[in-house]
Amino acid sequence: MFRRLPDRKESSVSFTFDGVPTMACQGDSVASALLAAGHCSTRRTPVSGAVRGPYCMMGVCFECLVKIDGRPNRQGCMTTVVEGMRVETQDGAAMPGQEE
Amino acid sequence: MIKDIQSAANLAPAYDLVVVGAGPAGLSAAIEASTHGLAVLLADENESPGGQIYRSVDRASDADLTRMGPDYAAGRRLIERFRGADLSYARRATVWSVGPADEETGDGAHALEVGISLGGIARPIAADRVILATGALERPFPFPGWTMPGVMAAGAAQILMKSSGLVPSGRTILAGTGPLLYLLASQLLRAGVSVIAVVDTTPVENWRLALPHVLSFATSPYALKGLKLLLEVHRHTRVIRGATAIEAVGSGQFSALRVHRSNKSLHIEGDLLLLHQGIAPNLNLTLAAGCDYVWDERLAAFRPNVDGRGASSVSGVSIAGDAAGIVGAVASAHQGELAGLAAALDLNRIGQSVYEQRRAQHAQKLARALRGRTFIDDRFRPGKTFRVPEDDGTIICRCEEITAGKLREVAALGVPGPNQMKAFTRCGMGPCQGRLCGLTAVELLAQCRGVPPGEVGYYRLRPPIKPVTLSELAALPHTEAATIAVAGFVERAHDGAQDATYGSHR
Repeated sequence: MFRRLPDRKESSVSFTFDGVPTMACQGDSVASALLAAGHCSTRRTPVSGAVRGPYCMMGVCFECLVKIDGRPNRQGCMTTVVEGMRVETQDGAAMPGQEE
Repeated sequence: MIKDIQSAANLAPAYDLVVVGAGPAGLSAAIEASTHGLAVLLADENESPGGQIYRSVDRASDADLTRMGPDYAAGRRLIERFRGADLSYARRATVWSVGPADEETGDGAHALEVGISLGGIARPIAADRVILATGALERPFPFPGWTMPGVMAAGAAQILMKSSGLVPSGRTILAGTGPLLYLLASQLLRAGVSVIAVVDTTPVENWRLALPHVLSFATSPYALKGLKLLLEVHRHTRVIRGATAIEAVGSGQFSALRVHRSNKSLHIEGDLLLLHQGIAPNLNLTLAAGCDYVWDERLAAFRPNVDGRGASSVSGVSIAGDAAGIVGAVASAHQGELAGLAAALDLNRIGQSVYEQRRAQHAQKLARALRGRTFIDDRFRPGKTFRVPEDDGTIICRCEEITAGKLREVAALGVPGPNQMKAFTRCGMGPCQGRLCGLTAVELLAQCRGVPPGEVGYYRLRPPIKPVTLSELAALPHTEAATIAVAGFVERAHDGAQDATYGSHR
């Protein structure tokens, strides 16, 4: 759904999304990195289980909530991706007690 | 040189002035106040200064600057001045409360207390003055299908382009109204994106409202820029007008936009739909701080009540820039300067004559920057049917998935305001704290009750305005009295503060 402009030359970092190794650019937010990798759906809602993805990219809509390194309810657009980060789809209302 | 605050431990217990938000208003307020010798902390949620408008401009390449245009590039000078200023800057910091200092925990010398969270550690910071420069949000744009993946805010596409050099790869449709819609269209076209249609939902009757203000607009810097944008977009893509309703179609992923018009409907297939119908003041922190607010019919939004120097109804708290009413980046910067200057006067760092002299200069520039604004507000005021969807199946509260029909049902029971509606339905109770449903819910309720939105009022917002973990709150320093109130006794064996770090139970 998104492509990187050819004049951008940041070094790359690798992270995993739902266990799958994924590449991002240095400085990407988790939400940007997921969109760049073709993932537009990043959570399921607690109410109906509908799929949702990043909407505002500026920290106000909370649609891009994901699990990061085991912690649920992280705003993907407000977190910078780092090497080795473990990102997962958030399924419904993930509670802190569900951490592994 | 600014002092970079990397962790909560590096925050001073108190500052003369805490500025919240590093957009044009916040940066300018912090620079101005620090010039007059105030100890300033600027706290901002993002990775780098600039706010949404100047996001990532300090690391933009020449190609980025060409794509985004001169108004974006102008942010570089402001950020350079900021980096040279003598003040403290906490990035990636969340300010979740602002209020009067606690009688028990406060130091007695500072009137205000600011709750800041940085790197998973929360701290109360004392301040004499606070300037809130929390900017604006894109107005909610609810219609059937607006929650599905593949539908995003236009601002989101701009953020992706500015911060990550990402542009839509497929067929892209833009829908809505306002200058930003056309600005984004031109930026995407310049980046080689396939913009297949711009669905302009601006009501035709807006011209009649805007016409009396056309002269001041025509002589403002907006006029020429706006005309160029319109021509550029019209030349390179299809602009569709006259929509009475729109609908996003797809199964789990956006695949087409249906545009209903009085004569015939259109079905436009695409891969990404970008929405925009103007921006509205970001109310969450200002209202949680207890600032009085009013309904602004021209903006079709609530805004906090402020005086000429930005002072709110809460003593010591000022509001500058779009957070106080939509004024744009240049005017926001001048409002920030005025608020920063007023803080210096209030804290006796400058005399009345210096204040008056500088105030006059800033005020003159502000007046110039505001010229043409009324025309823009009237010309691009989003239509009522796009603000309050007629379709009962439309989701209004994205977090709790509450539909317009459900809200109308509850409104018919006679609920007086959005807080009761929230208690009945959970509308506005999710993690976004009403940011994406507030205006819609209020206008819908006002419509059902047949009263102006000002009479209905807004959600009662309370701190924390952003999620803070219980462990962060529990680790806040507390008084002996508070400990006794909860535990009944105080352990004296281990004195000294401890920072509980998140996940310590692992």
